[in-house]
Amino acid sequence: MTSDAMRAETVTIDGNEGDAIEAYLAQPLAGDPIGGVVVIHHLPGYDEATKEITRKFAAHGYLALCPNLYSREAPGASPDDAAATARAQGGVSDAQLVGDVAGAAAFLRSHASSNGKVATIGYCSGGRQSFLAACSLDLDAAVDCYGAFVVGTPPEGFPLSVGPIVHLTPDLSCPLLGLFGAEDQYPSPEQVDELEQALQAADKEFEFHTFEGAGHAFFAVNRPSYRPEAANEGWERIWEFFGRHLAG
Amino acid sequence: MCTYQTTTLTIEGSGKGAEGWFRLTDATVYFDHPVHAPAAHTLNIDLLNPARGAGARVAVELDAGAALALAHAIIETLERVPEELKATPAP
Repeated sequence: MTSDAMRAETVTIDGNEGDAIEAYLAQPLAGDPIGGVVVIHHLPGYDEATKEITRKFAAHGYLALCPNLYSREAPGASPDDAAATARAQGGVSDAQLVGDVAGAAAFLRSHASSNGKVATIGYCSGGRQSFLAACSLDLDAAVDCYGAFVVGTPPEGFPLSVGPIVHLTPDLSCPLLGLFGAEDQYPSPEQVDELEQALQAADKEFEFHTFEGAGHAFFAVNRPSYRPEAANEGWERIWEFFGRHLAG
Repeated sequence: MCTYQTTTLTIEGSGKGAEGWFRLTDATVYFDHPVHAPAAHTLNIDLLNPARGAGARVAVELDAGAALALAHAIIETLERVPEELKATPAP
C-alpha cells in the first residue's frame, strides 16, 4: 500500500530581493519525485483556510508551498491583522509578488522530492497574481481562480497598487487554467471573455471553465460564497490539469 | 466578490484591543469579505496605530444596515452635543 503520510510546517524561504519570508510547506513523505505548487493566498491573507488548501495539494501528491506575502508588513502578526496592515498600505506591489513567487518556485525546484516542475495557483487577488507570475517567470502551469483586474481598470479611488495586466499575455510562459463564477463581477464574465480573446490572439494554451450558479470565491469552504458543485468540479479540473503538466 | 473599496483616514483617540488600551492614529473603512462575520460582504472598520504594530487594531465587521445605523447614530449624537464640548482638548 502506498503511504499517504504527509508533513506540513512553517519554513523560511528567500523572497523578493533575498528577503527572508515565512512560508507554509506541505509535502507527501513517500513516493517518486513530484511536481511543486506555489499557492498564492487571497487578499485576507495567509490564513487557516489557505493552509488547508496547501495541505490538500500535498494529499494529492504535490509539494505545496504558500508564501506569506505579508511577511514584511506584519511579521509575527495574526493573519487578519497582517491583512489589515497590508491592505491599509495599498497591498503588495506586483514586483514584490513576482520576486516572492520566484523564491517559492526556486525553493520547490531545489527540494529533494522535486521533479523540477512548478505551477502556481491563486485565489481572488491571488488569481491575478498567479497570472502575473506566469507571465513573469518560467513556470510549467498556472491556475487563476477568479482573479480580478487581470482585465479591467480598477474603480476610481482604488486603494491597491494593482492595474490590469492583460497586456502581459504574450509573455505567458505556460498553460493556463482559469476557473470562474458566472455570477462574479470581479472578474465579470465579459472580462473573462476579454482575457480569453487575448490568450487566443497570443496563441497560448489555456482552458477556462465558468460555473453557473457560482459567484466569487466559490472554493472558500468557510464562507457563504462556497458553492460545492462548482468547487468539486473545479478541483477535478485542477487535478486533471496538474496531472498533465506537472508529471515527471 | 472582492470590492476592494477602501477609505483611509487619520484619527485621534483611543481604542481597546487584545492587549488593552492604546492610542489610535489611523482608521480604515472598507466593504469586503469579513474574517469572522457570517456574511459574504460586510462593512469593515479597522481602528489602528501602525507604529505599534499590526496587532494594535480594533476591528469590527458589520452588515450594511447595521453600519448605516451606527453611522447615523454617531452623527445624531454629535449633532446634539454643544459645539464647545467638541473642541479638541488641550494636551
